[in-house]
Amino acid sequence: MNAAVKDLEEFRREVASWLEANKPDDPGFLLPQTFMEVGSEQQLDFLREWQHKVWSAGYLGMAWAKEHGGQGVDAIYQSVVDQEMRRQAVPICFNVIGLGWAGPLINDIGTEEEKQRYLKGILSAEDIWCQGFSEPDHGSDLGNARTRAERDGDEYVINGSKIWTTMGNYAKYMILLARSNPEAERKYDGLSFFLAPMTVAGVETRPIRKLTGEYGFTETFFTDARIPADCLMGSEGEGWKIAMKTLQYERGAEAGAAGGLAFVRIVIDDLVNQLRDVKRDGRPVLDDPLMRDQLVSLIMEEKAITLGDRRSGIPALTSDYPMSLPLSNKLRWTEYARRMRQFAINAQGADGALFVGDDRAREGGFWQRAYLNSFSATIGGGTSQVQANIIAEHVLGLPK
Amino acid sequence: MSVIGNTAMRFDEEQSMLLDYARSFCADRGGLHAAREHLESPLEYSPDVWQEMVAMGWTGIGLPEELGGAGLGIGAAVPVAESMGKALLGTPLISTLLTAQLLLRADAESAAEVLRGIAAGDAACVAELESEDWNGVSACAVDGAGLLQGRKQMVMDAQSARWIAVLVSSDGAPAIAVVDATALGEEAILPRVLIDNTHRAADLVFADVKPVFLLSGPAVLSALRDYRLLGALLVAAESTGAAAACLDVTVDYLKTRKQFGKLIGSYQALKHPSVEILTMMDSARSFVYHAGSLVTEAGLGKDQEVACRMAKAQATEALKFAGDRAVQFHGGMGFTWDCDAQLFIRRAQWSQQQFGDAQHHRQRLAALLLDN
Repeated sequence: MNAAVKDLEEFRREVASWLEANKPDDPGFLLPQTFMEVGSEQQLDFLREWQHKVWSAGYLGMAWAKEHGGQGVDAIYQSVVDQEMRRQAVPICFNVIGLGWAGPLINDIGTEEEKQRYLKGILSAEDIWCQGFSEPDHGSDLGNARTRAERDGDEYVINGSKIWTTMGNYAKYMILLARSNPEAERKYDGLSFFLAPMTVAGVETRPIRKLTGEYGFTETFFTDARIPADCLMGSEGEGWKIAMKTLQYERGAEAGAAGGLAFVRIVIDDLVNQLRDVKRDGRPVLDDPLMRDQLVSLIMEEKAITLGDRRSGIPALTSDYPMSLPLSNKLRWTEYARRMRQFAINAQGADGALFVGDDRAREGGFWQRAYLNSFSATIGGGTSQVQANIIAEHVLGLPK
Repeated sequence: MSVIGNTAMRFDEEQSMLLDYARSFCADRGGLHAAREHLESPLEYSPDVWQEMVAMGWTGIGLPEELGGAGLGIGAAVPVAESMGKALLGTPLISTLLTAQLLLRADAESAAEVLRGIAAGDAACVAELESEDWNGVSACAVDGAGLLQGRKQMVMDAQSARWIAVLVSSDGAPAIAVVDATALGEEAILPRVLIDNTHRAADLVFADVKPVFLLSGPAVLSALRDYRLLGALLVAAESTGAAAACLDVTVDYLKTRKQFGKLIGSYQALKHPSVEILTMMDSARSFVYHAGSLVTEAGLGKDQEVACRMAKAQATEALKFAGDRAVQFHGGMGFTWDCDAQLFIRRAQWSQQQFGDAQHHRQRLAALLLDN
């Protein structure tokens, strides 16, 4: 074992024992499974305290510079922390838009002043960040964003609205894509990118109630909201380019994220284990031949995705459709997750009809809520149907 | 322990070269046109192609060097079987490779001469089925005089095999009687009409046939189990290749056929199921190469069993769906003999029955994965 490996192993043990000692107790209410599900002050306070604790221990943003709140060490240390957090199933580090998208962006192309001003608050969870890309009439069609940003002296005046703003009502800052020049020849050239404060007059958020009955997103309205001109990132007209770069972080295609768990992974073992004590027709549900057949199909589906990840690293085995596995990943995981969670409700028998808030709901209604929330992934970031079009056109070469 | 279990995937430089070579060889000697030339002849392949395969040492891929083989291990047959499927190329290669595995694992010493013959190019097959039940008990037996009596069904490649490994019962236990096919009369080999015209199988009638040798003992049972799993794997690899070819044929049509003034491939109703075929084929390929990286000369363990069964369950579903949609998406053309979609939909029905269909394997997987 060389010194570096030994050092990492030692570090892993250190992290593991810190997590064991500091992992929060069950708070007695359901925690969000993803950062898009923070729907109450109670959940917010809990997660804020947890992220702050992880950061204070030196286990978040480890690869970010020391003067910006990080540890200035190699990213491998952060990935060891993330693996251990995944293994010990600790709560998420919820400030994901800051940690994973805005933070790396600022680190990458921001000025020193921007780094000084924003990065530490992202890590410590003092400053919650949200994203203002999608608009009510344009969904994921960002090129057509209409929200206006008009220069007036040393300010920009913002008018318009954004939708699906995760934690919009808790956020201090927003990464905002707005139209600074409606006359631009190409619509993309009329867009600019802002690190905008949410605390100025003229910004209003209205929480969106989800199909689960919970909250997590807002619609955000700007009415003559004045933000300082130095909130502009890059130059006017660079908005599209910077937004596309942000999406690269969001999709995990570019490194630089601070780390921490963005979501609680729900895997097939969680399902199998929760079914061990469920009965059907007087016998264990896991003895029912039809349920077994479906369960094996789900196991195979999850295993196939994992094996696909392995295979995509072997060029000889992907030569006919090299982009197939990478472009299908989102579609496959999210559709699988949706089906698997639905099956979990199905397999619970009569109890499957209960929901969060009922004291007899299995695991507090975990699976019911997880199933309904799974649609945020099959719809958000490009619906499954749009994903299938992309694969059909870019992998199979079918016409538009 | 996670039910996901082992997720190893290994594919080295040597295997990559074999895959490249097999793919171009099969595409060149096989392909849809070549397959069509043999649809209605007694054999589904041209003897020249078989001789070339033999010359390349393919019949000995899974055999150790001391028996004249290549010593690559049976996992190396996966890229070859996939390439054959992609080109719908027949030949008794898969049957021969599997027969060699059965004999090698049952009793390599007693079978050494036959195994050397196989490595040198003798085709071989296994006669197992006596009914539609994959796990049927054998009524074929070697009698007191040492003569083989009985009947076997749908023996794959029986028409072209030199050696036939017959699963029999001997003193109430399973045994393998190896028969020299040249000693059988013509009336003993009864070709069946298969739904898949790119393969051949026959029933075999044994009346007072003297086996070349008889393998018995406990190793026969485990060899038979390994043979069935490896059979599932190689047919899965072949099916995966066929599903990929079927997808190519369908996509080509969707890109060129116009209806209502538009290329039909622009309709989402045709696009999305095509993506589904791609996804199912991708999964099948992942399982097949995963299983290929796990199987070795040693007896197959639980990880290998899970991998082979998943490979077959997935590849069977992928090819069935690909063939079914290929016919439908070709519209009226798809209903004709001349449309290549028929080759795939018919191949799919045959392949699913070899070494157990998807339900068969999922049922056994359930026991392996869910029962502690």
